[in-house]
Amino acid sequence: MKTDLKYTPLHPLHLSLGAKMVEFAGYDMPVQYPLGVMKEHLHTRTKAGFFDVSHMGQAFLTTTECALGDEGAHEKIAAAIESMVPGEIRKLKKGGLRYSVFLNEEGGVLDDLMITRPGREDLQGMLYLVVNAAMKARDFALIQEKLAGRATLKIADDRSLLALQGPAASDALEKMVPGVSSQTFMTMRPYEWAGVPLIISRCGYTGEDGFEISVPNSHAEEFARLLLSHRAVEAIGLGARDSLRLEAGLCLYGHDLTAETSPVEGNIKFAIGKRRRQEGGFPGAERIQRELSEGPSRLRVGVLPEGRAPAREGTVIQSVDGESIGVITSGGFGPTSGCPVAMGYVTAPFMDTGTEVHLMVRGKAMPARIADMPFAPHNYFRG
Amino acid sequence: MIKYTNEHEWLRIEGDIVVIGVTPYAAEQLGDVVFVELPDVGKSFSQNDDMAVVESVKAASDVYAPISGEIVEVNDVIVEEPSKVNEDPAGEAWFVKMRVSDSSQLDALMDEAAYKEFLENV
Repeated sequence: MKTDLKYTPLHPLHLSLGAKMVEFAGYDMPVQYPLGVMKEHLHTRTKAGFFDVSHMGQAFLTTTECALGDEGAHEKIAAAIESMVPGEIRKLKKGGLRYSVFLNEEGGVLDDLMITRPGREDLQGMLYLVVNAAMKARDFALIQEKLAGRATLKIADDRSLLALQGPAASDALEKMVPGVSSQTFMTMRPYEWAGVPLIISRCGYTGEDGFEISVPNSHAEEFARLLLSHRAVEAIGLGARDSLRLEAGLCLYGHDLTAETSPVEGNIKFAIGKRRRQEGGFPGAERIQRELSEGPSRLRVGVLPEGRAPAREGTVIQSVDGESIGVITSGGFGPTSGCPVAMGYVTAPFMDTGTEVHLMVRGKAMPARIADMPFAPHNYFRG
Repeated sequence: MIKYTNEHEWLRIEGDIVVIGVTPYAAEQLGDVVFVELPDVGKSFSQNDDMAVVESVKAASDVYAPISGEIVEVNDVIVEEPSKVNEDPAGEAWFVKMRVSDSSQLDALMDEAAYKEFLENV
């Protein structure tokens, strides 16, 4: 084991549950528990899966242009973050959250993140951010550099982040935190649990209904053990987290989205606000506006192999004539789909659903088709 | 007689034919197997050549030819039902039968006692 690995506050819990640990983004993380990837995946889709995502970066971004809660404070912090992301943050509802991306000057994606506007009046002018573990150091440095003089960033490394996902998640969490079951998809509310302040968002990254729960490190293990004591809840590792998000058609940063791909190419146009498409004012706006009006030269699409062999990341996609037209960026076996599933980038003439392509697996051309995503239907709670 | 390799394959020797599979330890390490690709009957391999592919939900792994020889039979059961590799790796889920071309290679492999000791030090 590498000695410089970082641990989340739930590390002892993972070991006591018999997890197989691997290095991920500098952390020693559970890749699977004794249940195994396949059963963990299926359990999450049918009951409820508990995930430790404390390695992800949580932070609070606060305007310095006026006091918190002042008239117009939200507009000030929204304008600041909108200089880095293409999302509509100004009109984000109180207590709402939005998926967005940090962009570089070429319109490439530096990371994807969740941006939350607090519901409380006295916290207007603050945003709660959750970014990827592997990118958090760079994201936070970039925010501090770009927004110097406009906002201060408080990194919330005193908080753990737990996810509870699946059709039984709401009932299980309601027993511990009364009221959460009435929250709708992509909203956040603060709660107190035995005097401990919680931030609970109805969101996740599996395609299922569920929650992300931000809890102080001091109470993370106690909270997690109580959740796990519910008979519908099982601990789920990074292995199943990856197959769940792949079936849900969701991007893994560094694989399906990179500094070279724009959000238009990445097929996450929903992360670009309508007003912002017109106004621009985000890094790389010129390229992104051009791709929006003319169409991108390549696009992230779903790919369904026709055989049973999974096509992994890096697999070359060819046209049926043998011309190289793209590459698989995430691929594996979908336990819910019961077949191999993949996503990747293909050039413009081959983007349409149903297009026949070849996947070059171990030197052989395997037939496959461009397919709609998600591969497993989303089950979000919209009220 | 059963022999083992340090790649966690077992070989059951039946005259000049060996039945080859992966050990329970290997099956556990692979995780839930979802795909198996086996070589064609009649194909010859040298020792340590890539001979078969096993894929779990997580990743693809190569299975090496533990000895040199010619494939005389493959187990279509595990191609049809890859999960058999997890359920019964030492029995029903054998991979291939091979005609041995150099029996001295078998002598160099571990017997059961040696493999058990090897496992303790993995």
